[in-house]
Amino acid sequence: MLGKLTIDALPFYSDIAMGGALITVVGALGVVALITWLGQWRYLWTEWLTSLNHKKIGIMYVTLALIMLVRGFIDAMMMRTQQAVSLNLQGYLPPAHFDQIFTSHATIMMFFVAMPFLVGLFNFVVPQQIGARDVAFPFMNSVSLWLTASGAALVVVSLVIGKFSAAGWSAYPPYSEAQFSPGVGVDYWIWAILISGVGSILTGINFLVTIVKRRAPGMRLMMMPLFTWTALCTSILIVFAFPALTVAAALLGLDRYLGMHFFTNADGGNVMNYVNLFWIWGHPEIYILLLPAFGIYSEVVATFSGKQLFGHKSLVYATAVITALSLSIWLHHFFTMGASPDVNAFFGRVAPLIAVPTCVMIFDWLFTMYRGRVQLSVPMLFMLGFIVTFVIGGMTGVLLAAAPDDVMRGTTFLTAHFHNIMIPGVLFGYFAGYQYWFPKAFGFQLEERWGRRAFWAWIVGFYLAFLPLYILGFMGMPQRLDRYYVAAWQPYLIVAEGGALLILCGIIFFAIQLAVSIRDRAALAISTGDPWNGRTLEWATTAPPAAYNFAVVPHVHGIDAWWAVKQAGKAGYRPARFHDIIMPGDSSAGIVLGGMSFVFAFAMIWQIWWLAAVGGLGMFSAVLWQTFDDNAERRIPASEVEAIEERRSIAPAFASRAPM
Amino acid sequence: MTDAVTTAVGSDEETEAEEAGRAIDQRTYGFWIYLMSDTIIFALLLATFVVMSHNTAGGPGGHTLFRLPQTFAKTMLLLASSTTFGFVSAAIAVGQRWRVLAWLSVTFLLGLGFIAMEISELYGMAVAGAGPWRSGFLSAFFTLVGSYGTHVSVGLVWIVLSGCEVALRGLNPFVVSRLCRLGLFWHFLDIVWIGIFSVVYLPGIL
Repeated sequence: MLGKLTIDALPFYSDIAMGGALITVVGALGVVALITWLGQWRYLWTEWLTSLNHKKIGIMYVTLALIMLVRGFIDAMMMRTQQAVSLNLQGYLPPAHFDQIFTSHATIMMFFVAMPFLVGLFNFVVPQQIGARDVAFPFMNSVSLWLTASGAALVVVSLVIGKFSAAGWSAYPPYSEAQFSPGVGVDYWIWAILISGVGSILTGINFLVTIVKRRAPGMRLMMMPLFTWTALCTSILIVFAFPALTVAAALLGLDRYLGMHFFTNADGGNVMNYVNLFWIWGHPEIYILLLPAFGIYSEVVATFSGKQLFGHKSLVYATAVITALSLSIWLHHFFTMGASPDVNAFFGRVAPLIAVPTCVMIFDWLFTMYRGRVQLSVPMLFMLGFIVTFVIGGMTGVLLAAAPDDVMRGTTFLTAHFHNIMIPGVLFGYFAGYQYWFPKAFGFQLEERWGRRAFWAWIVGFYLAFLPLYILGFMGMPQRLDRYYVAAWQPYLIVAEGGALLILCGIIFFAIQLAVSIRDRAALAISTGDPWNGRTLEWATTAPPAAYNFAVVPHVHGIDAWWAVKQAGKAGYRPARFHDIIMPGDSSAGIVLGGMSFVFAFAMIWQIWWLAAVGGLGMFSAVLWQTFDDNAERRIPASEVEAIEERRSIAPAFASRAPM
Repeated sequence: MTDAVTTAVGSDEETEAEEAGRAIDQRTYGFWIYLMSDTIIFALLLATFVVMSHNTAGGPGGHTLFRLPQTFAKTMLLLASSTTFGFVSAAIAVGQRWRVLAWLSVTFLLGLGFIAMEISELYGMAVAGAGPWRSGFLSAFFTLVGSYGTHVSVGLVWIVLSGCEVALRGLNPFVVSRLCRLGLFWHFLDIVWIGIFSVVYLPGIL
């Protein structure tokens, strides 16, 4: 009746696991109790959970990412603490538990922090930047969100019911095969990846179509803002790369569930095929995460330098070149596979090439700042911190991509390099975007001082936490050690622990910043939709934007369309009369589909077949219900549009005489 | 920036017919992109099959398992169903609802015939000791052909749903656009089958 699910699935075997489970359960119950106490369930359901408004979906994505960031960071803190003390077996975590933690840390950070964060920013920003009222497929957007949330929920639930995978975030066989990992951990990983992966592919299709088909009249491709360009290239990469991850995870699942032999040691399995499939997705994935961050840096640097972006065209070409190259360098993740010298030579040559377009971008940003009026706002600080720090990550990446240097692979040098790309490259970019677009989303700015403190805690913490790992890599320390016997390593690991504590401060400062800003929201409120004197079209809307973004669809004649409107003195333009606007209505089918996918995956993990059938039928019904409904739309009458537009006050205060 | 003289003079709002037309255009384009990502899935499954084509682990290989007449019959059923879907499209063009329904039914039956033959082929192999758990080669074969069969089955369900819609709602622009996407899907599956036939069956038989 309940498959493999018994009372033993609860973590009575370990105090630490029990503690984690209790915190998760109490936290979830606390949120439920709080919403009930505030009486906000109806509001939450009608205004948010069932909303097809791309801005609200974006905000929900970012919220999911921030919550999971805390969850993933707790894992990081536990690992750093373990390594700081575990010289000569003095750690507090048993090996099997440590293995679960590094697996869930990376899985969460890649799939449930970085991915939802970037998709959230796409959702909030891209339609506004291209002068559109919505994405191409609003309902599919909601489905993507709830499938992603469902995957995240699976990883969180694994903390309470059963154990998570201990096979690393890449789940390499043969260790991840049923023979060596008989528990449900790897199954949790597989289903979380499959469910959220479908969500990602749908997102990729959605934004590809949105950007190609829904741009404002006159906006040609080369006039698109850089963030939209990176969103377009990222969507292309998602559509082409994520199927490889789906195939890899599904074939691993077939091995585990049906006893097939894709990746087993015996009976004709081929382990290296998994590694190939995984990195055919895995390498483009790095650029799926990085390109949007590059787009954000481009927006931020132009706005806060008060200048047009230097080399807009070359940045677009660099983005496109990275997109193309990123699909053809996956093999540098496993030079030691035993491929022929020709193959290794090819990939060893192509991989460092990606440094060229990246350098083009860095120089373009530097030249944008050159002779500009640089304002050191919080987003700009993250941008500058990125430029300085990312160069180190780029250079260590070239070292790792050179086939003869492959001895460093598998050491903490790789860990340090990877985090050097992911934290200053990816996460700082998303933080900059969060700080930059927050006032647009909520109508008030984030408090500056706590933002600065958070930035300094993050960047200093990053250096302290990861530079020691570069040194340890040269000293030969392998990745993912739960214990060691080399006393010389310990001082570096203690410094790294200190860095992690500083990053913890950075997270706390962000939380304080948010709380302080909400408290002082009246003082921090912005009077126009354009607090930074921005250049691109998303600053033309109100803050927060009306459901339809633009009462009148703008005409575009060049890059930096909003800046040109302001220069022409037409920012306050009001049409003679307004028109009805048709927007998608709300739909609960998306969240029902996401919930049913969770039921289905949970049942598959625990092999409760009847429940899996229920979940599968539920998913099918939700899709059917929505698909054949062509009238799921809401008409906003012209009078209401006019009333909303009357309330807004565009005062292009500093726009009139600013230098170009 | 001299070229960027922008005026905020509003465009004339789209009419509802234009809006509907644009929505359909977007869906068609989105569906093409979905097909491309599905192509990647089949390409990777095919590549995996090629990698594993000699990993029979002492079990049976393609030479002993594949039967030319059976494969030929399956292929003919599929090609015929693609042709009959072409007749569906022709019937849509002249707006004859009963003819659409008739050709959809024929397409459905041909597809069903293909699925029935495929199930009997795979079932026969499994009971004869050549199931997907026997060797890496057979795992790859069953997964590739099984995924293909799943796609065709989804197409069959879709044909039934579309048939009901045509019967109940008539040929309005949204129904027609869904039928066109169904057509894209069906012809796409045909092309994938050509790939499977040439990479999986032909080398095994010849």
